Amino acid sequence: MPDLLTEIVNKYNYWLYIILMMIGLYAMIAKNNLIKKLVGMNIFQTAIILFFISMGYKDNATIPIIMGGHGGEAAHKTIEASQYINPLPHVLMLTAIVVSVATLGVALALIILIYQRYQTLEEDELRMRVKQK
Amino acid sequence: MKQLGLIIVIICGGLLLYATQDFPAWGDPTAPVHTHLSPHFITEGLHETGAPNLVTAVLADYRGYDTMFETVVVFCAGIACILLLRTFVQRTRGREYRHTPTGVVLHIQDPDKDLNNPREFELIDNMWVPHDLIIKTVSRMLIPFIQIFALYVVAHGDFSPGGGFQGGVIFGASLILLALSFDLRSSLRRISEKMLGILSALGVIIYSGIGIACMLLGGNFLDYGRLTAILPVDPDHIRAMGMLGVEIGVGFAVMAVMVIIYTNIASQGRHQQGL
Repeated sequence: MPDLLTEIVNKYNYWLYIILMMIGLYAMIAKNNLIKKLVGMNIFQTAIILFFISMGYKDNATIPIIMGGHGGEAAHKTIEASQYINPLPHVLMLTAIVVSVATLGVALALIILIYQRYQTLEEDELRMRVKQK
Repeated sequence: MKQLGLIIVIICGGLLLYATQDFPAWGDPTAPVHTHLSPHFITEGLHETGAPNLVTAVLADYRGYDTMFETVVVFCAGIACILLLRTFVQRTRGREYRHTPTGVVLHIQDPDKDLNNPREFELIDNMWVPHDLIIKTVSRMLIPFIQIFALYVVAHGDFSPGGGFQGGVIFGASLILLALSFDLRSSLRRISEKMLGILSALGVIIYSGIGIACMLLGGNFLDYGRLTAILPVDPDHIRAMGMLGVEIGVGFAVMAVMVIIYTNIASQGRHQQGL
């Protein structure tokens, strides 16, 4: 039991984001309304983005902008890799954020079209009406 | 269905939480993610690219090809919104216009005739709301400053947190503020649909155009070092200038697509009444 507690204290960020991911997954599966499913997808994407960003953190390190880099004086000092947090997860997650916005835009457009055609957004009613047509 | 979903989620969550045993502790500097390539970016990034902001240096220089296709993805999302939703509504009956300074309402019965000076009139339909002085004045004062801040964020992407995506979104948000505080039609008068389409394509063209220019000057695609032949900048900073150029392209594309997505979704494609 103390082992589990030290585990959780060391890695509570992973636990938190996994729980957030599972909330998003549950919303995608179990909710009836299409917009709620879309919100669940967005929660899932946000949890994954936060998960990656939290992996890039180093203790006692600052943001990945080289201090004093603008004046040119930093070019003469050595830059240690442990002073700055890892920039790679941030870069990958910029792409992920842009992709999630694009997906959200197109998904909302599709939801508007579905509503215009079937006059409902609930999944079970949609299934009935699609079968009838 | 909900119980099945709950069971699936609990099983999946349990497996993932069990897998965190193998993960490194949070903030550990010797974690595997900090090896192989990331120390090279941190130690050599400023020297090789000339940009202190390592995130922008990796995004626009080391992984610039990836970012180009990301811009194309944003552009495709804007095109998809237009293709899915845009409908052109025929005018079947006459319309009513209200002269803003005096309050006189005109009723034009012929559906094809239009006004000579549409700037002084506003269209009255069932979504018209009266003139709201505080919101319109405050947003009129704020929008230029928001846009200047957006341009600052784009231009300082090399030195402070920022870059093309962030600045483009802020600029797009200022135009959406215009559409929310006035109405959709007056914002579409300021920046028309044709201009939005041109700007979003222009962003992608700028990005790939810089890449092709580098290729025509003898280097690889998006090899910014070759741009010294056409730009009068010393070779230490030419990569930062190339990065600035592609970030401007990204900013254009993202800004236009944000406004395209908003106007098409908020008006269901008809561009007549907004939120």
